[in-house]
Amino acid sequence: MKITSLEDLRKIKASATDQTSARSEGKTRIIIGLGTCGIAAGARAVMEAVLEELSKRGLKDVSVEGTGCIGMCQQEPLLDVIRPGEPRITYGLVTVQDVPRIVSEHLVNGRIVEDRLIGRAD
Amino acid sequence: MPTYRSHVLVCGGTGCVAGGSQIVQARMKEELVKKGLDKEVLVVQTGCHGMCELGPIVVVYPEGTFYTRVQPDDVKLIVEEHLYKGRVVEKLLYKPSEKMESVKHYNELPFYAKQHRIALRNCGYINPDNIEEYIARDGYQALAKVLKEMTPDDVINEMKTSGLRGRGGGGFPTGMKWEFCKKSVSDKKYTICNADEGDPGAFMDRSILEGDPHSVLEGMAIGAFAMGADEGYIYCRAEYPLAIKRLKTAIAQAEEYGLLGRNIMGTNFSFEIHIKEGAGAFVCGEETALMASIEGERGMPRPRPPFPANKGLWAKPSNINNVETWANVSPIIINGGAWYASMGTEKSKGTKVFALTGKVKNTGLVEVPMGITIREIIFDLGGGIINDKAFKAAQIGGPSGGCLTEAHLDTPVDYESLTAAGAIMGSGGLVIMDEETCMVDVAKFFLEFTQRESCGKCVPCREGTKQMLLTLERITRGEGTMEDLDKLEELAVMVKESSLCGLGQTAPNPVLTTLRYFRHEYEAHIREKTCPAKACAALIQYIVNPDLCRKCGLCAKNCPVTCISGDRQTPYVIDQSKCIKCGTCLEVCPFKAIRKE
Ligand SMILES: Cc1cc2nc3c(=O)[nH]c(=O)nc-3n(C[C@H](O)[C@H](O)[C@H](O)COP(=O)(O)O)c2cc1C
Ligand code: FES
Repeated sequence: MKITSLEDLRKIKASATDQTSARSEGKTRIIIGLGTCGIAAGARAVMEAVLEELSKRGLKDVSVEGTGCIGMCQQEPLLDVIRPGEPRITYGLVTVQDVPRIVSEHLVNGRIVEDRLIGRAD
Repeated sequence: MPTYRSHVLVCGGTGCVAGGSQIVQARMKEELVKKGLDKEVLVVQTGCHGMCELGPIVVVYPEGTFYTRVQPDDVKLIVEEHLYKGRVVEKLLYKPSEKMESVKHYNELPFYAKQHRIALRNCGYINPDNIEEYIARDGYQALAKVLKEMTPDDVINEMKTSGLRGRGGGGFPTGMKWEFCKKSVSDKKYTICNADEGDPGAFMDRSILEGDPHSVLEGMAIGAFAMGADEGYIYCRAEYPLAIKRLKTAIAQAEEYGLLGRNIMGTNFSFEIHIKEGAGAFVCGEETALMASIEGERGMPRPRPPFPANKGLWAKPSNINNVETWANVSPIIINGGAWYASMGTEKSKGTKVFALTGKVKNTGLVEVPMGITIREIIFDLGGGIINDKAFKAAQIGGPSGGCLTEAHLDTPVDYESLTAAGAIMGSGGLVIMDEETCMVDVAKFFLEFTQRESCGKCVPCREGTKQMLLTLERITRGEGTMEDLDKLEELAVMVKESSLCGLGQTAPNPVLTTLRYFRHEYEAHIREKTCPAKACAALIQYIVNPDLCRKCGLCAKNCPVTCISGDRQTPYVIDQSKCIKCGTCLEVCPFKAIRKE
């Protein structure tokens, strides 16, 4: 395909930016506990659900990270959300069913999902 | 298209490839498939990160975790621990020193903290073989802006405002050079990229070509538009096969998108780029010799004037810039000349890439704002001298440059200050020397290089460098006289003033600066027949201390010329008449019974 206008270049840029978005910084982060305890409690499925939900909604500027055990094994799967400039919100006992709610309520609309909330840190 | 939650960047620069990064990359892909993570995690090959010393480098995003010295056997650990379980693999992190904590994130490394990456903006961050990744980082936006919104004069004015000066060594203002070429009237003009990079130890240009080839192509296209050229050449030494391969891929991709070739972006501007492989002669980096070489002639310089802007390649107006100069063009167009001019010093704007080598802890590629001090480069970015030995000198500017001393550590790095101190900015070679380096030997090393690389066309350079080298060799053998020093100085000035091209005109610099700042070392070689740094083979001896010798015989066993004798009863002795001063015995002696003096 030949690029003949600024519009063409912009389109390629938009799709290419999505491809490389995992490498950019300063965006909303979702951090999932992937220690042995997390995985045993179903964190992998939660992670996959998060990825699926993000791509379903076309949310590109969200990074999905894993982290090790933080010592709250009884609350696993743990899922943290950090929106730029906001405190770190920790959810516990997250199930695959909770994921769409967390994404739509918290990530998109900025409302914390209270019934899964277990902590907040600045 | 799947969304990858994580990108694993494996360095594919020459340094890391030599360290086995391609096996690491292949193994990474295998392990991800095994763990069923290949739909979530993307493996990307990038260009050089500048920390080749610690390679192979692997960076895991989105966390930005920086792994060093990654061996194929470590890959499984990264996949199982980091990518599967989210646990950082501590043992692969960089530790600045035993006592300090290991560094997790890219940005926390002292090596990167003081850098300001413009020419290297994409190196180590994008896949150089994928034009889309370049476009994602604002690639070809500058070309679009120029073609759709600017006139050639606008472009030249922007370049002039930026204050950018040629990064190939001469430091001539780029905007002015473009203007000369634009004003030259002709039916045909050329733009050329100088990628000869002949300075021993320099690899700035190679890393840009390998890590971000499109930045050079885009810069050249913008320059061609401004000057009215429709054809360009990249003159790259054949010893850079990876750079040439990536350039070829990049040119093909840009042509496919209509960003090079006929009617670029639907306008009536056309520009094509060819690659010319050079055989790697230092003199071919000189602009007129380079053009002769492209034409198929012997790579010998031509007298200037006429300057290339009037009569260059095939006698047509031509403009030649260095790789790094070209790589700076797009950011200047996008952000404006004033933005670029806001960095650096009064007369030296922007940033400069240096290849930091020698006796510093962190060797590698750094891009720093002009005006930074040499001390900051060596001790902050470079982490200081290896084994915390004493700093002795910094050789800046390669074979055309000079040696600076401790007294110059706080000299700001800009064109004027370096020239005033007797060195030059050059193309960015920066070799750090410690107390064990002999300055006469260093001068000899660089002169050996220039003498060998002299093309032989003019007498002062051909014969003058030869005589200077012979004199230096005499001195390092302990056979010099005090008159030799005067003769050396006289010859140096003569060669400098009467040579045809920059090679001869600058070749004496290493000799002149060492004579100026380290004259006492020359005198020690002559008067006392000693080498203070204990580096010159003819002036040192290896001696076994019989009191410390435990008669193990390791030295004799390892001596390549079997000049050490002794047995279980008698301490070992070195036969000085046969000794070749290789130093092996000193290295292998477990009891430190051998000394050098
Ligand atoms: C002996 C000699 C070798 C040179 N080698 C190089 C080189 O390897 N790369 C380079 O860019 N410029 C080299 N130059 C400088 C070029 O002649 C020329 O000034 C430069 O390519 C212009 O580009 P710039 O204005 O962007 O620096 C060399 C000059 C001399 C005299
Ligand atoms: S080649 Fe990998 S860091 Fe330079």
